[in-house]
Amino acid sequence: MPRADRFPPAPGYSSPAILAPGERCGPGFAGLLRVELLLALRRRSDIANPLLFFVTVLALLPIGVGPEPALLARLAPGMIWVMALLATLLSQESLFRSDFEDGSLEQLTLSPQPLYFAVLAKVAVHWLVTGLPLALLSPLLGLMLNLPAAGYGCLVLSLLLGTASLSLIGSVGAALTVALRRPGLLLALIVMPLYVPVLIFGAGAVQAAIDGYAYGVQLAVLAALLAGAAALAPLAAAGAIRISTDS
Amino acid sequence: MAWQWFHRLGSPRWFYEKSSAWLPWLAGASVLLLLVGAAWGLGFAPQDAKQGNSYRIIYIHVPASFLALAGYYLMAISGAIGLIWKMKLSFVVMRAAAPIGAALTFVALLTGAVWGKPTWGTYWVWDARITSMLILFFLYVGVIALSRAFSRDQLADKACALLALVGTVNIPIIYKSVDWWFTLHQPATIKLTESSSIDPSMFYPLLTMIIGFYGFYAWALILHTRTLVLQREWRTQWVQKLMGEGR
Repeated sequence: MPRADRFPPAPGYSSPAILAPGERCGPGFAGLLRVELLLALRRRSDIANPLLFFVTVLALLPIGVGPEPALLARLAPGMIWVMALLATLLSQESLFRSDFEDGSLEQLTLSPQPLYFAVLAKVAVHWLVTGLPLALLSPLLGLMLNLPAAGYGCLVLSLLLGTASLSLIGSVGAALTVALRRPGLLLALIVMPLYVPVLIFGAGAVQAAIDGYAYGVQLAVLAALLAGAAALAPLAAAGAIRISTDS
Repeated sequence: MAWQWFHRLGSPRWFYEKSSAWLPWLAGASVLLLLVGAAWGLGFAPQDAKQGNSYRIIYIHVPASFLALAGYYLMAISGAIGLIWKMKLSFVVMRAAAPIGAALTFVALLTGAVWGKPTWGTYWVWDARITSMLILFFLYVGVIALSRAFSRDQLADKACALLALVGTVNIPIIYKSVDWWFTLHQPATIKLTESSSIDPSMFYPLLTMIIGFYGFYAWALILHTRTLVLQREWRTQWVQKLMGEGR
């Protein structure tokens, strides 16, 4: 049976600019990754919003607690990490949303390719357009919050590793709530406790770097959490997608 | 043949009819144990050398904390049984266990805070164990919120079971990371446990209370499960008949 018959391109996937006539959506991970990335790059505002949120909320911090440089320097690592976590969380709601609404999520569950890889591709793209820019932007915010010089390298590294875990863990919550009409707060409620270990080691690494200690351990644990999350979270999210599309 | 009991156990009707006979015994035994344990612990156990009478809240605090944790595992395991063997009753038990567990976690946190005031001079400390109990409470709240969000019970059952399982994987990680965070950030000014050994004259009433709490938990769980069974099965003949008899 030709693949196109079993897997008719859903509206979002069949735009002629993405796929030339006769060209088929790649069967594997790489094809999905490419399509997702193209779709993400076309929704520029979806990329910009988490970053703007990140910057805006951090600008509120000095207004709230006062502009004292020493105090800001003390709060900076934790606050940057918490805000990166919230920005990731808020952008997660739309991870499966449009695919669920136009039915392509259901098509993905029918595809012969394991759903695990489809979820992994989507999460990878989510990280590329949220986690990666957040990590790259963080030194700027560190500068504004008077982050001590020793912390910058570790901040970027820990955010690179940590936001990937956050994206993976959040995908389970996003998949569980995708069938609901307004999942926003609920998603935050169920995912937030699961984020705790990543936050502890992420902010801990930066604090250790500032205090002049070795922070390799924390980064190693963050990497271990990422490995664990990459192995398990897409499985759980795939199960959740099957439950959500079962209605 | 050997599996017959298993299939019968999955039938809500069989459970409802059998549990009618268990309830009075369970209620009687747990009330008796709780009364004996409370009177023994509050009235007859010796005072603590350092904390005086204030330590006596341990007789509520410790059993509630035990069951708060055990209750989460019970909830997750019954959810897993439901997902694997498609057992109706198992999902009902999972749904019933969530609010009871959340209430017990809350009791554990509250009694801990009340106990903390006279012994540590403050209601709340970001201690490793307190923090992980708080996160456990959030995990419970997440499951309850998710179960309320779906309009269809079947969907809610599966989604909650999955979330509970994800939480189970996370509990040890969260506990370990919080423990690590605490040892890193806080100087050990406050010790939660004065000493790990406890005098037998205080231990036996505590043991009585713990067994009593387990009985009470089982009683509350069965009562709540029975209510949920009736709510779900109200269309069936046996429930209609039962309600008719009651009238």
